[in-house]
Amino acid sequence: MHWLANPARFVRLADRILPFVLGATIVLFALGLYFALVASPADYQQGDSVRIMYIHVPSAYMASATYLVLAVAGFVTLVWRHPLAAVAGKAAAPLGLAFTGLALATGSLWGKPTWGTWWVWDARLTSVLVLFFLYLGYMALWGAFEDRDKASRAASILALVGVVNLPIIKFSVDWWNTLHQPASLLRAGGPTLDPSMLRPLLIMIAAFTVYFVTVWIWRIKAELAEIKLSNLSRRGGAG
Amino acid sequence: MTGFLDMGGYGLFVWPAYALVFAILFGVGLASWRRERQKARLLAEFERRRHGKGER
Repeated sequence: MHWLANPARFVRLADRILPFVLGATIVLFALGLYFALVASPADYQQGDSVRIMYIHVPSAYMASATYLVLAVAGFVTLVWRHPLAAVAGKAAAPLGLAFTGLALATGSLWGKPTWGTWWVWDARLTSVLVLFFLYLGYMALWGAFEDRDKASRAASILALVGVVNLPIIKFSVDWWNTLHQPASLLRAGGPTLDPSMLRPLLIMIAAFTVYFVTVWIWRIKAELAEIKLSNLSRRGGAG
Repeated sequence: MTGFLDMGGYGLFVWPAYALVFAILFGVGLASWRRERQKARLLAEFERRRHGKGER
């Protein structure tokens, strides 16, 4: 029973954080959009199509970061059987799926004018597509079992196995020949972007991050309430 | 203004990308928020009914 105290403490903490992250999401997106679409220059080679970067890179970064959340949650679920971890992973998955889909779609819309093609089967694009299917599989496993513990264990194992895909995504642009450009942000020697483009990008990455935290909290709270409801109705039915 | 919408000839790629991202993020956010509200309401109702029964 001791774990019931934990989700309650989580909800109290979450309720205190929520107004700040929600406010930050709105402010940072407004600022980010202004800098991304108005107050930043067109690229000397790519023209205005470079503005897709300000939503493509944050989507792709969140796609991987959210998967890391799933993997850590899966690890904690399997090792310590912590129920809040299972809930946290389950609640994050649809967000990760959305980010991955958006990274692929915006990448496609950027690739057409820049590379002349919507899609290539190269290492970067293919490994991100694999990530998309990992999210789908994870969510399908959660839905496939009546028993909550079984579902969370199966999904956690998939999340942990799939984590090998993350370094493949990150280093695919260095290991293989690809149309995709190499890292310009998280690289040895610092970012290669001009400050005028680095600013909107960093603001957007921050906006995507606080957005994730906001919606993640809502989803965890909904999940916890649902568990409590089903426990209550089961007890109510028995008594 | 037409220059802004045209995006130097890339408007057909830039605007759909932004529209898609914000439609999806807003949709997922709204759906998650509404689900949370609904579950919280159900839980409060359930507990009220349970306590009401206890008092009678």
